[in-house]
Amino acid sequence: MTETALLQATNVRKHFGEIEVLKGIDLTVRQGQVVSLIGASGSGKTTFLRCVNLLEEHDGGEILLDGDPIGYRMAGETRKRLSETKISAQRARIGMVFQQFNLFPHLTAGQNVMLGLTKVQGKSTAEAREIADHWLGRVGLAERRDHYPYQLSGGQQQRVAIARAVAMQPRLLLFDEVTSALDPELVAEVLGVMQSLAESGMTMLLVSHEMLFVREVSHHVLFLDQGRVAQAGAPSEVFDNPQSERLRSFLGRFHGIFSR
Amino acid sequence: MDFSMAPGTFLFEAWQARASLLSGLGVTMLSSALSIVMATVCGILMGVALSYGWWWLRLLARLYVDLMRGIPVLVLILFTYYGLALFGVNVAAFWAGVIALGAFATAHVAENFRGAVESVPAGQMEAAKAIGLTFGKRLTYVILPQAFRRMLPPWVNTGLEIVKGTTLLSIIGVVELLLSVQQQMARNYMIIDFYLLATVFYLIINFTLAQLGALLERKTSYLRY
Repeated sequence: MTETALLQATNVRKHFGEIEVLKGIDLTVRQGQVVSLIGASGSGKTTFLRCVNLLEEHDGGEILLDGDPIGYRMAGETRKRLSETKISAQRARIGMVFQQFNLFPHLTAGQNVMLGLTKVQGKSTAEAREIADHWLGRVGLAERRDHYPYQLSGGQQQRVAIARAVAMQPRLLLFDEVTSALDPELVAEVLGVMQSLAESGMTMLLVSHEMLFVREVSHHVLFLDQGRVAQAGAPSEVFDNPQSERLRSFLGRFHGIFSR
Repeated sequence: MDFSMAPGTFLFEAWQARASLLSGLGVTMLSSALSIVMATVCGILMGVALSYGWWWLRLLARLYVDLMRGIPVLVLILFTYYGLALFGVNVAAFWAGVIALGAFATAHVAENFRGAVESVPAGQMEAAKAIGLTFGKRLTYVILPQAFRRMLPPWVNTGLEIVKGTTLLSIIGVVELLLSVQQQMARNYMIIDFYLLATVFYLIINFTLAQLGALLERKTSYLRY
């Protein structure tokens, strides 16, 4: 394929003190693709996702979004950290949905979605409200526009959070274990929204333990183990033909979920 | 206590002295209000420095807070009025008092602010970053509205302390409520009666302030977790 990747990570490294949590991650996400990271906790999936959105800074390798390095620019041979404004502008091109929803509790569902539209993209309140209504409708919460987060269930809060992220029309949407904090019966409504986004061609990078879902929607799956990509490929390859004992035993824990 | 209005009774004396008592009350309320505004504005700025400043700014703010919390307000008032005069800075007694009280309470507000900001879950800042808000906007639209709610109870406390602290301005000759009451006593020797009158005034001011705080808390009660 000759088209440039939307997200291209090469040899990404990250330390927390002495501990190296990412030991050289390579990953490519193309426009319209859904790419999933799976792996045990502590394998570095979430840290990698946070590096893409600059909530953490990687300290080796590079992450390119549409060909631009994330978080810094090269001045000759040295990396120079981008200014706060430029970093914010890069973040605005990437949406992120969190495990704990992180809705703003002092704002209604509608205001949560509108905040970025008005304060980052400079849209008028009327226009922002129209966009917010559209996306709240898409996630099935049109009538909850004026509800505060505490008046919504976990599943509804997470759907508002998805609407908030996608309303910004990001180039790429990141999902960080977005169903892990939900009661089992609320998981499906959130996965349903994600599936419909994937089908509409949204480019998505997700970390998830919902193996059935990952297998169903992903174009590409990476199994991370101790900060490295241990196996990557199409979902069928990774799930049906695990190359390492670690992946076999990791998937074994989800056994039963797969024997459909 | 005799509550008739005949000459020589408390009510008569109080009515006679109404102009100076009201003026004292006004000075108390004005100096309180100015100090509260100063402490709130400066305290929040200093709180931002404490929470988010470069290391040297945090250090300076920390030094200020520890210094202000460590010395008695009265010493601060005397220093602002008499001490600064030694360096050729002459400040009117009223303003010296307002500045000293405001500077003192600034330290408290700053520390309350820092605590309030730190108690806002880290995910809030991250979500605000994720939608691309710059630092100032993250603070303005996401962190501060939540921090204010958490700051409210200690902020009301600081306000009450300031109102009571204005009595210290009498030491440098500002005729606020306490001093104006004392001036009346010197004339009519009705000591208990006039101290009680002052007490009632202070209670009314502080009760009103506390109710205002409670109202603000109710107005922002949607901020639950």
